[in-house]
Amino acid sequence: MAEPRAHDVLFDPVFERNPILLLMLGICSALAVTTRLETALAMSVSVTAVMVGASVTLSAARRHVPDTIRIFVQISIIATLVIVVDQLLQAFFWEISKQLSIFVSLIVTNCIVMGRTEGFALRHRPGLSALDALGHGLGYSAVLMSVAFVRELFGRGTIFGLEVLRLESDGGWYVPMGLMGRAPVAFLLIAFLIWGIRSWKRDQVEDRAEG
Amino acid sequence: MERHLDLLVKAVFMENLALAYFLGMCTFLAVSKNVRTALGVGAAVVVVQTITVPLNNFLYVGLLKQGNTLLPRVSEFDLTFLGLIVYIGVIASMVQILEMVLDRFFPALYEAMGIYLPLLTVNCAILGGSLFMVERGYDFGESVTYGFGTGLGFALAIAALAGMRERMAYSRPPSGLRGAGMAFLVTGLMSLAFMAFTGIVL
Repeated sequence: MAEPRAHDVLFDPVFERNPILLLMLGICSALAVTTRLETALAMSVSVTAVMVGASVTLSAARRHVPDTIRIFVQISIIATLVIVVDQLLQAFFWEISKQLSIFVSLIVTNCIVMGRTEGFALRHRPGLSALDALGHGLGYSAVLMSVAFVRELFGRGTIFGLEVLRLESDGGWYVPMGLMGRAPVAFLLIAFLIWGIRSWKRDQVEDRAEG
Repeated sequence: MERHLDLLVKAVFMENLALAYFLGMCTFLAVSKNVRTALGVGAAVVVVQTITVPLNNFLYVGLLKQGNTLLPRVSEFDLTFLGLIVYIGVIASMVQILEMVLDRFFPALYEAMGIYLPLLTVNCAILGGSLFMVERGYDFGESVTYGFGTGLGFALAIAALAGMRERMAYSRPPSGLRGAGMAFLVTGLMSLAFMAFTGIVL
């Protein structure tokens, strides 16, 4: 197999093969934590950290992991890293950790992480795997942050908790959209993101037969 | 009894794991292209969920929580930080055992949902069910109801989405929305509809 270029490995996942928008991986957490930019950022950093950690570890150990139990090894390593991240969040960012509730723990079953260790890290050098994980982390974060940006701006009139649109209740003019804080909007926003990126990059459009 | 009924309705409709908490989305979108497979996955989720949530509840109360009863030697320690590994271990092994049992005794059922079972190990709805159970402190009886309810809710949602996607094969959306985009739009509208259940109290 030809060695992929480092630049492609890092940046392809952001636009060309975005894990959420094209591959439909890791959507669960992406939607739930995006009501505010702060939580979305915490989640992005956590996922990226776990992914880089897991990729490097598994890539370094790739010659020592028997094929038959590799899934189990991957899950254990990922779960361990997630526990570490969860404990760190609880220790230093208690407020955010409470808001993320079970979603930090759910990184264990986040298919992006496992997808990258299974699909890339087990077959490449640690350095390259780290870049690949970082790239996918960035792609994931980009989607999370853009969804959270829209939801927080229109749902609360703030960006990172700073007032941008003055709310009517504080004597301003903006009436917040309550719907932005609810589940359905997240689905719709992702749908529009997909529409947008596929109108720009035509080759990502699905075949007719897919339905 | 009333409490259980209330919990069941809540788990199926108001707090639907797929539509209100976005759990199990990967499976939800990937295998909802036709109703038959969607029903297979739905059935698998109901079964796995009804078994794993109470089982994890049993282990959480009996082993991990401070003052547990199963292993008196460690009862003074709070082992809840090990929860995640325990739950995922239970889920992975239950799925494996279930697969073998079905293969041996119910070949027809195995045929119907066999290939979807292993997928469920990495389905966040399954793990999420157990985590919510712990976070909300359900007792054993409640966790049986909750496990069954969340499974049923997921099955309902995925079957409904599959039904709609089958029909959408005949529609002509803008090319950028084809496939995934439409699935998200429809799920969004469905989730909007499920929001109408909020506030129902039995």
